[in-house]
Amino acid sequence: MNLLNDLLYTKNHEWIKVEGEKAYIGITDYAQHALGDIVFVELSEVDTELSAGDSFGAIESVKAASDSYLPVSGTIVEVNEAVIDDPSLLNQDAYANWMVAITLSNKSELDELLTAEQYEAHCK
Amino acid sequence: MENCKKTPLFNAHQRSEGKVIDFAGWALPVQYEGIIPEHEAVRNNAGIFDVSHMGEVEVKGPQAFDFVQNLVTNDISTMQDGQVMYALMCYPDGGTVDDLLVYKFNSEFFYLVINASNVDKDYQWMLDNKNNYNVDLKNVSDEVAEVALQGPKAQEILQKLTDTNLDDIKFFYNQRDVMVAGVKCLISRTGYTGEDGFEIYAANQDIETVWDELLAAGKDLGLKPTGLGCRDTLRFEATLPLYGNEISKDVSPLEAGLGMFVKLNKENFIGKNALVKQKEEGLKRKTVGFELLDKGIPRHGYEVMADGKVIGVVTTGYMAPTVKKSIGLALIDAAYAELETPLEIIIRNKPLKAKVISKKFLNKNYKK
Repeated sequence: MNLLNDLLYTKNHEWIKVEGEKAYIGITDYAQHALGDIVFVELSEVDTELSAGDSFGAIESVKAASDSYLPVSGTIVEVNEAVIDDPSLLNQDAYANWMVAITLSNKSELDELLTAEQYEAHCK
Repeated sequence: MENCKKTPLFNAHQRSEGKVIDFAGWALPVQYEGIIPEHEAVRNNAGIFDVSHMGEVEVKGPQAFDFVQNLVTNDISTMQDGQVMYALMCYPDGGTVDDLLVYKFNSEFFYLVINASNVDKDYQWMLDNKNNYNVDLKNVSDEVAEVALQGPKAQEILQKLTDTNLDDIKFFYNQRDVMVAGVKCLISRTGYTGEDGFEIYAANQDIETVWDELLAAGKDLGLKPTGLGCRDTLRFEATLPLYGNEISKDVSPLEAGLGMFVKLNKENFIGKNALVKQKEEGLKRKTVGFELLDKGIPRHGYEVMADGKVIGVVTTGYMAPTVKKSIGLALIDAAYAELETPLEIIIRNKPLKAKVISKKFLNKNYKK
């Protein structure tokens, strides 16, 4: 399983990369593999305020739609238009292609997330 | 998954790294390489499906013809020996028991191929309606395995493994005792993809030989093992109905747009009176095609709205791999069934714009 050590993970198979007050969020390699060919991505709009656990978008494979949940609370400051235009980017490299960027509203929530090692154990 | 029934090709799927899921109680591959490449393989070259989960019932006896004619909606009196016909079984109220293929071997021997999820229900239905007909019914589902070889190169591949001239098996005809790679098979030029192809039936213990030899014979022709995932996208693009989606006990074949397989002028069959009445009074619901105009993907079960009220439900929808559009089938209030009628599909609580389009999504590539 492909993992990056500088990321944090959730049990719902999202990853989060923290850069100061800002964080980038995407789905894991395990998630893209489980979903199969991703053909549609929908993301919440910039300036949307969300709490940890809220849906920030949906990812659809040929077969099914699944919601994506924000691992931590924050306000969306950027959405990655590239993955909306070409959802297969998530299949090609799930870590290089983030979905949304947020400003963190409660950094202490990061403590609840999984390390790469913990996430790997969760996926087994 | 441990409780699932395994087809005789279970080990073959593991060898091909199929992603196995529980489908109607069967452990079957939803995909191998991926739904889209497998879908494209069938449209452009060929794919091979394990459909051993399908049910088969033999109907034998002096009144086999009469029994089947009463059981199904289509008129089997026009069938020649060796022909295959698509038909439906209905309840007295016009709701659908199942759809099926009727194979006529001769007027005293028919072979009915039914959906895996309905085998027990269908067989019981047949027994319940045997009445005084002088026939023997035998559910041979557990003894018979089946593969579907589908796509424009299906004939070329299958011909490599048999001395039977496949040109002699026309669209919706069958032939028994065809030797394929040394295995005795029943073959029909039928399928569920909108492409030319064959459905091949053999005994459980022999099917793996057929599967392996076909895969080897088609290797250089682009043949791929193909799973249930693309089976559904392929049949959907070809506007072929799926039990549980387009048809069910609550939806009649007329409402599903399958009127050409319901022969209301034939003497009698189960459900005829209700269907005649439905037609005379005018259908209250119709199945339409639609295209989503906003960005999104319609899915089975999503609500359809128009004029601010719910008027129906999506029966199947996809980002269709060959058509390359977000399209669907929906069962809706007949007042909104005209082409170009604006609709709204409710996706994640948001109404998205759609319009009624022709159900002919794709030009079918049958070899007739």
